[in-house]
Amino acid sequence: MSPSLTPSELSRYSRHIMLPEMGVEGQQALKAASVLIVGAGGLGSPLCLYLAAAGIGTLGIIDNDTVDETNLQRQILYNMDDIGLSKVDCATSRLRKLNPYINIQPYHTALSSQNALDIIQPYDLVIDGTDNFPTRYLVNDACVLLNKPNVYGSIFRFEGQATVFNYSKGPCYRCLYPAPPPPGLVPSCAEGGVLGILPAIIASIQATEAIKIITGIGTTLTGRLLIYEALDMKFDELTIVRDQHCCLCGEQPTIKGLTNYQQFCGIADTPIDVTYGEIASQELKTLIDTNTAPTIIDVREPYEREICHIEGSQHIPMQQISNHLQEFDPNQELLFYCKLGGRSAKVCQLFTDNGYQRVTNLKGGIMAWANEIDTTLTQY
Amino acid sequence: MNITIRIPSPLRRFTEQAAQIELNANTVGEALMALNAQYPDLQTQLMDEQGKLRNFVNIFHNKIDIKQLQGMESTLDEGSELRIVPAIAGGKK
Ligand SMILES: [Zn+2]
Repeated sequence: MSPSLTPSELSRYSRHIMLPEMGVEGQQALKAASVLIVGAGGLGSPLCLYLAAAGIGTLGIIDNDTVDETNLQRQILYNMDDIGLSKVDCATSRLRKLNPYINIQPYHTALSSQNALDIIQPYDLVIDGTDNFPTRYLVNDACVLLNKPNVYGSIFRFEGQATVFNYSKGPCYRCLYPAPPPPGLVPSCAEGGVLGILPAIIASIQATEAIKIITGIGTTLTGRLLIYEALDMKFDELTIVRDQHCCLCGEQPTIKGLTNYQQFCGIADTPIDVTYGEIASQELKTLIDTNTAPTIIDVREPYEREICHIEGSQHIPMQQISNHLQEFDPNQELLFYCKLGGRSAKVCQLFTDNGYQRVTNLKGGIMAWANEIDTTLTQY
Repeated sequence: MNITIRIPSPLRRFTEQAAQIELNANTVGEALMALNAQYPDLQTQLMDEQGKLRNFVNIFHNKIDIKQLQGMESTLDEGSELRIVPAIAGGKK
């Protein structure tokens, strides 16, 4: 039995109810539905706003982060007053003001192998708005194990992908990508950048798919991977099918429970052939103070250097670094840094691959330095 | 056959920022070989040591996953479009 709508709900949702495909029945289905949004960031912001406005009866939101000023370029759930506060708390209070007729269920935690099945179990549908491979595989696997549709969206720079996984005999994420890229190969949004409006487009598509699945109208994206390219303003769809040999959803699955996703994505493992050193900010400070510091090279983009830099460092953006290899003496002590330590690790690897013996990476990048050593620096 | 290969933005740093590459090839395998010859840094991104397509990269020929066709042996037509679609994870941060 679908829950009935009160007169104020009938009025609030009248523009939906007028749609012949939707009607009172469709709106009742939305009220009866429960949706879990994983991640309250770029994709999660418009997802929360539109699905709350649409009258989804129970909206679960899971995120462990706090609001940071760099989020405000695209995470439209939040404003300046929210900086430093829990995203899930800010989202909950904003959505309760937007629509008091629905239940918001906040989860102040990161989705993990330990809690995923319990958290997802009561929901009809999951929307993936995460930002990293371990959580994407975790969401996918939990959805397949619990047989829940997984509305997928992902963004990078000017491009987005969206589809529906594990729904009406369609593929799962592992059918498409059996394994993730090794860490460092694909830059994250924090390192690669993202057009602020991009998540709104992809999230709107995800929210549309969720509403279609719940109300049973239209044709969903299952079996089609939608690719959006903002620069060319092109939408393309690619055909994807369930892989009968898929290790998770195939005919003879080998995965029957959740695993360690950090390890699966190579993150917890120490890379075997790391041949360069790593030091923490405090160690570098000691070296500088005792005049024994190596040559310090900033490999970030010029605009990042304008925000902040370590005094006395040289600047060679990562893209140009291979042209400058010859300028350094192979016996020279070199220390590289970037924002968080990921790009500079790749540069360290490049130098050691080319026979440089005394190469060091600054752990945690300049953000660690700004946190621990020079707190006057602007963080970004 | 004259065909085009569309390069996604995460991989354009290996193609001197080119988004689309035109070349001549009869099969998907030949097209990728020609592409890798032109941009050697791209090879390790797309293929493993055995020359097999990596697990986090898919190639679509005229919008169909080559795994549903004849894989690397899939034949191309004049004007065929190949699309490289790697896994991307962004969304929250
Ligand atoms: Zn599968």
